[in-house]
Order: sequence, then C-alpha cells, then structure tokens
Amino acid sequence: MIDPTKNSKPEIDQLNEQGSSILNLQEIESLISQITDPEIPVLTIADLGILRSVKKINDRIEITITPTYVGCPAMGMIEMNIKALLDESKIKNYIIHTVLHPAWSTSWMSEEGRKKLKEFGIAPPSQKIRIQKLFEGQGIVECPRCNSTNTEMISEFASTACKSLYRCKDCLEAFDYFKCH
Amino acid sequence: MDKNKIDFILSQADTALILGQRLGEWCGHGPVLEQDIAMTNIALDYVGRARLLYTYATEFEGKGETEDHLAFLRDEREFKNLLLSEHPNVDFAFTVCRQFFLDAYFVPLFEALSSNEDNRLAHIAEKSLKECHYHLRWSSEWMIRLGDGTEESHHRIQSAVDKLWEYTGEIFDATDYEKKLQEKNLIPQYSTLKIKWEATMVSVFDEAKIIKPKDNWFQKGGKNGIHTEKLGFILADMQYIQRAYPGLEW
Repeated sequence: MIDPTKNSKPEIDQLNEQGSSILNLQEIESLISQITDPEIPVLTIADLGILRSVKKINDRIEITITPTYVGCPAMGMIEMNIKALLDESKIKNYIIHTVLHPAWSTSWMSEEGRKKLKEFGIAPPSQKIRIQKLFEGQGIVECPRCNSTNTEMISEFASTACKSLYRCKDCLEAFDYFKCH
Repeated sequence: MDKNKIDFILSQADTALILGQRLGEWCGHGPVLEQDIAMTNIALDYVGRARLLYTYATEFEGKGETEDHLAFLRDEREFKNLLLSEHPNVDFAFTVCRQFFLDAYFVPLFEALSSNEDNRLAHIAEKSLKECHYHLRWSSEWMIRLGDGTEESHHRIQSAVDKLWEYTGEIFDATDYEKKLQEKNLIPQYSTLKIKWEATMVSVFDEAKIIKPKDNWFQKGGKNGIHTEKLGFILADMQYIQRAYPGLEW
C-alpha cells in the first residue's frame, strides 16, 4: 500500500554518467505519489488508492494502477501523466500495469484524502459500504460547508461517475458527494 | 484458443457497447438534467466494460488487433449483442424498462462470473458487478416511480414492458457457443440466472403496479448475429469516422 503522507519532493535533475536518473525506489515512489487526479485535482492518485504499488523488479520500475470506475475517462490521462513525469525524470526502464483486482473501493481513500476532499467542498465517502435498498438514498451525508446532516440527494449521478449531487437544507448550498463504491 | 469463449466474450462486449451507445443518445435530450447525466454516466460504465472485454478478446485471438477493430470495423452480422440492447430509446419509459430488464440479468450473471476459473473474466465481472448494483437500483426505482406515478406515466411504462417483453426470452436462451461453455461449466447455467431475474421482475412489477406480460413468442437471433433493422443505423452512426478515415486517432 502506498503511503500518501510521504510528501517530500525529490530532486529530479540529478543524473548519472549515462544520463539516467539516480533516484532510488523510494524517491520514485514519492514522485509518482504526487500526481493528482485530473478530475479532482486536490487529490493525488495515492490519496485515491488508484496507485497500488511501485516496485523494482530486475532493474525495471513496475508501477501498478487500478481504475476507480470501468469507464473512468481519467485513467488514460493518469497513465500519460505518470509516463511524462518518469520521462522528465530520465527514468527509462519502467512499465505501467493496470489491474482490476481487487476492485477499487472508496475504503482505500486515505484520511488525508478525505480531509482534502472536504476542504475542496466535496463530501467524502462515508465508511460504510453496503448494497442500498430502493429509495433509501445513500445514508447520512454531511454538508462539507456547514457540517449539517440535514441534506438531501438531488441526483445519484453528478459531474463525474464517482460523485452524487446533494443539497444542504440548512445552508441551502448544492454540493458533490464522493459516493461509496 | 476456444472459439466459443471468444464468441461469449464478444457477445457480452457487444451488448455493453451497443447499450452504452443507445444510452449515450440521451445526452442533451434527457427529461431533466439529473437523469440526462444519470443515463450518460451509466453509458460510460457500459462503454468501459465493453473496452475491457474487447481488449481481452483481442488478446485471446492474438491477431494483433485492438479493441477499436472490434468496435469499429465489424459489420452487423458479426455483432453478437442481445436484441434488447439495440432497441431504440423510444421514450424515457422504454429506456428505463430496457435497462431494468438487462440490469436484472447482469447482476446475477456477474455475481456468478466473479468466481469464474478464468481470472481475467472473473476480475472484469467483479469490477462490473459493483456498477451493476447501482444501475439496477436506478432502473428499479424509475420502474416504480413511473408505474406507480400518474396515469400517463403508468400507461407508458406498462406499454414499454408489454412491447419489450418479447426480447427478454433471448437473454436466457443459450446459443450453441454458450451451451458448449455451460457443458464445461465455464459459464453459469442460465436457468439459475433466470430464477433470480424473475424474482426481481415480480418484486419490482408488484411495487410498480405493473402487470407482468404473458410469455408468448420470443424474438431471438442477436447473440448469433441476426439483428433487427435498427442495429445497422447505430453502427453507421458509431463507425462512420473509422470507415471514412481508416486508422484515424485522436
């Protein structure tokens, strides 16, 4: 599991005589961990649990990522951003794997990620994941602005696949809720 | 390489792609903005599922083709999607009903496939299942809202159920390639899936005050490439750019 709290950004311009990066695995991991999600730019791919692992196998860096939703259009861009960063860092020998199993879950989202989401104005997913009954909505969702639980769902589907649209009945603001998955 | 297995994967992929394309037609035309977004969100899940399955099929076939070959360069008779998935949207009630019939099938199907001995297929099923649960919740809730709503909404959803019912038989009518896979226990028996599907029908129809149609004549053929005249129009729309400008990339 990637630890998103490792936030010190390594210098990427130190090269060896062959012009390759001299970064060690931990530094590479912390570099990649800081790539943000294109649709929710306050969260890194490590916060979201999209970045599953960074390993070194036979001198090759192997990066494993997993999609949030099968049709998530951000995945292509995330992979591209990882490649761009590694190329910029002169890391030449790497491969990016995309895995589906175990299926991504919001329970992988870091505490730090939940905090950042709320500050950004998106209600973080509540911890409980269960199959809801019809017309039951999604349980108690707290307004990220005024913390009221007097909220109602406007639509289970919102601006991106991973969010629902809510309305706070106290401060009257509409807000996004990152749904449990 | 098992041709039956490829046909099954293609049939699932084609149903997901065509259904995704159909739902996508609602983009900008939904009855209210929230449901417009709901339908396009669900469409995205279907297209995502189709991509995973097509990619798997190309690796299986090993001809060096990509998902795009399968989606954009095959003709009608090569598509193996369920007839239900190509049925036009007609109105919101028809769309909800079509989704409900299919969602109620995908949930038990992917539950069963999640533990398939083929890990790749099992993982695609496990991932898709999470999404199928909320697709089914969305379509079930709308079946009930429309069925137990106004006189007009009830009439529309009941007529959608009556007209689309003849396309549901095909779902559980195993083709030769499906039968061969079932004999080897590689895919679930449809009789067990049908029991679960019917239970969902009964409970939602009951709450929605919808009368279950009688089982009469059922249309079939989609899974073997025999389609309604509607599929050609979808393919023309979807494949036009690749046909006109072969190999074009974004």
